[in-house]
Amino acid sequence: MSIAFPTPDEAVLSRRNEILAGLGRLVAPEALIVTEDERRAFETDGLTAYRHMPLAVVLPSSTQEVSAILRFCRENGVKVVPRGAGTSLSGGAIPQADAIVLGVAKMNRVLDVDFENRVAHVQAGITNLAISQAVAHEGFFYAPDPSSQLACTIAGNIAMNSGGAHCLKYGVTTNNLLGVTMVLLDGTVVELGGAHLDSAGYDLLGLVCGSEGQLGIVTEASVRILRAAEGARPALLGFERVEDAGACVAAIIAAGIIPVALEYMDRPAIQICDAFAHAGYPLDVDAMLIVEVEGSDQEIDDMLRRIVAIAEPFRPKTVKVSQSEAESAAIWKGRKSAFGATGRVADYICMDGTIPTGQLPKVLRRIDEIAKSYGLGVANVFHAGDGNLHPLVMFDSSKPGEMEKAEAAGEDILKLCVEVGGCLTGEHGVGIEKRDLMPYQFNAVDLEQQMRVRGVFDPGWLLNPAKVFPLEGRFAA
Amino acid sequence: MNTLIPRDEQDAASIVADAAARRMPLNLCGNGTKAAMGRPNQIEASLTSAALTGITLYEPAEMVISARSGTPLAEVVETLAEKGQQLPFEPMDYRLLLGSRGEPTIGAVAAMNLSGPRRIMEGAARDSLIGVRFVNGRGEVIKSGGRVMKNVTGLDLVKLMAGSWGTLGFLTEVTFKVLPKPERMSTLLIRGLDDESAVAALSAALGSPFDVTAAAHLPAPDRQGARTLIRLEGFSVSVDYRLGELRRLLKRFGGADILEGRGAEAVWQALRDASIFQDRGERAVWRISTAPTKGPTLVARVAETIEAQWFYDWGGGLVWLATPAEGDLGAAAIRAATSALGGHATLVRAPDADRSRLDVFEPQAEAVMALSRGIKASLDPAGILNPGRMYAGI
Repeated sequence: MSIAFPTPDEAVLSRRNEILAGLGRLVAPEALIVTEDERRAFETDGLTAYRHMPLAVVLPSSTQEVSAILRFCRENGVKVVPRGAGTSLSGGAIPQADAIVLGVAKMNRVLDVDFENRVAHVQAGITNLAISQAVAHEGFFYAPDPSSQLACTIAGNIAMNSGGAHCLKYGVTTNNLLGVTMVLLDGTVVELGGAHLDSAGYDLLGLVCGSEGQLGIVTEASVRILRAAEGARPALLGFERVEDAGACVAAIIAAGIIPVALEYMDRPAIQICDAFAHAGYPLDVDAMLIVEVEGSDQEIDDMLRRIVAIAEPFRPKTVKVSQSEAESAAIWKGRKSAFGATGRVADYICMDGTIPTGQLPKVLRRIDEIAKSYGLGVANVFHAGDGNLHPLVMFDSSKPGEMEKAEAAGEDILKLCVEVGGCLTGEHGVGIEKRDLMPYQFNAVDLEQQMRVRGVFDPGWLLNPAKVFPLEGRFAA
Repeated sequence: MNTLIPRDEQDAASIVADAAARRMPLNLCGNGTKAAMGRPNQIEASLTSAALTGITLYEPAEMVISARSGTPLAEVVETLAEKGQQLPFEPMDYRLLLGSRGEPTIGAVAAMNLSGPRRIMEGAARDSLIGVRFVNGRGEVIKSGGRVMKNVTGLDLVKLMAGSWGTLGFLTEVTFKVLPKPERMSTLLIRGLDDESAVAALSAALGSPFDVTAAAHLPAPDRQGARTLIRLEGFSVSVDYRLGELRRLLKRFGGADILEGRGAEAVWQALRDASIFQDRGERAVWRISTAPTKGPTLVARVAETIEAQWFYDWGGGLVWLATPAEGDLGAAAIRAATSALGGHATLVRAPDADRSRLDVFEPQAEAVMALSRGIKASLDPAGILNPGRMYAGI
């Protein structure tokens, strides 16, 4: 275990019964989880290598209950770890022994859909996909689509400013969020933004989005919904050289085309995914692109024709333009099974960094070298249009020390992202995973300024306290 | 007024640190084309980005551009155009409306979150702003965000800086995500609609799958003169197809003409800049943001109380209102309407005296103001950066 947690506060641990009793007065008995067996389900999230049993878990049903719980926690000096569905890959929802977990998953209703103004008003515990499902009958959808969209909540998406495969065209959460109801640690309920396009005053909504549960608990959200395109179809392009695939991405964008998705897979990823999904991927290339465009059939044909012509000078070894829904599904099936398929051949950690796309060939070469230097394998599947990399660093957890090697390789890869002008995380968040790497991207003054802003909302540093900012160098709250 | 012109970021940091030590308030500006906006303040010294110029990074294939804050917006726009790209949010130019001269800067675009009609499709300036460097009120150089469009590393101070009107920091460099310039722009024009029908037509168009990039309505005293405008952009084949589909979809609102070329561009520019109100210099101008379908009701309520002219942008979500420059300029009626229907109003153009005595920005809930004050103090503890420009005490 290389990521440190602060020593739990003995005074809080010793007051556990008193704290549980206090919380018990605020919510219904079934909303308070205290037994060890039941708490175990909440001891980790998507970063399963780390786990801590929380003091208790509270699952409130309303903004008022959240308000009462937070006020109680503040008055009693109890730390609070907010949780949506617990799918965070960066450990954003991993508890601490002296903290309660406050889960919003019970607040999962659609409150109102206003198709004319293209806004859905939902409770924060609703899953990402459920929003799209609730508006699909009118042909609408909610655009940001993290891979975990079946399970993850909009609360977690807001906390992490989540993205997904379609963000090149539609933007990430912050570009699709119009307003939130948020509870501050002292129990105050604030409304930020609303059903209109612009907020008044400081852009607090923009600040809250991506703040990883450190500023308050979001209980309701107003999100933009978009009318779905008439259709969408991908083309698959295979290249002998990584450089050619990278240059092709640049040429597509230079030609004025913003595909709705532009996915990149390297040789190991192609092999692993095709073996699992039998997607018909080319097995003799070093790099593969999936380029998807939207519109009417005629528009799609026109656009895919342009893309194939743009790719020509880069000598693609494979060009497969989907002609049917079945072919599209096959192309996507391989890509979408990447994480599961990799899990069948090895243990892996999924990294998440962003680079300027011009650095792609260089960075991929370096990633390979880094993995090899630790004696590990790596597969790359990522969103090429926006440079958001997801190297899967593979290891064997049955061999002692291999996971630590994978973590070290992952750290080197993230540092490389920063070195070439990118950042430590494009969509998973900092959480605990990248907390100690923050000084690679920000200097002490930058970090202090962020922490000062954080302190405005949570001066006692009780909300998700062990996350985002390095434990070293924090000033006394 | 004493004008301080830092030659680089470090110079700016020293000036601010010195001003903070002496508790000397600074009026932050670029070239001053929007000096007549916000709450007026009586500050002796100006800190200008006028000498902080130059594009520092432009990677067309990565769709990203960085420039020092004092770089003229026109230079950025031209540089992008050479590579067939543009700032997607169509930054508004206030010069005609305010009757000001000089070169608007890219820093002001970020600091004031200046956006235009494509807002409905691509968001505001804040949505494209991906990185900033600035000097905070302590005289420290801070960076937030970067040059990549997906970045969730740490708190998003970039958003906080966007639209903060220089009250939180002196921007030294800004980085924007850009987009390809469309091959073709075409506008559907429907004549003679009343406000309600126009907004219904715009909402139908915006709720269609046909990627409308701007939607506006210009009422007229004789309804026949009213014009409802819907803009499509993209590759020519696609624009043709979508024009046809939209015409069919909007048939019940009457026949539609198609505008292209310079005439159409001029219309959208006039809407973007609200220059429709430019020759009514004696009148106050308000900018109101509300849910699009509420626009006509909001306007009707205001017009019951005061005489006003108006037009709608963003399919009705943005209402521009011109009111007589007398009494409260319509403030009471407008604020009553925004608080009843949701949304907020900004007094964009009015004499200094009026902007001193009236709220320029929508008053906010006390809890939100408390957070805003806290944020101001965390970035500018001495309160020297554009104090009072947005709200009293901020």
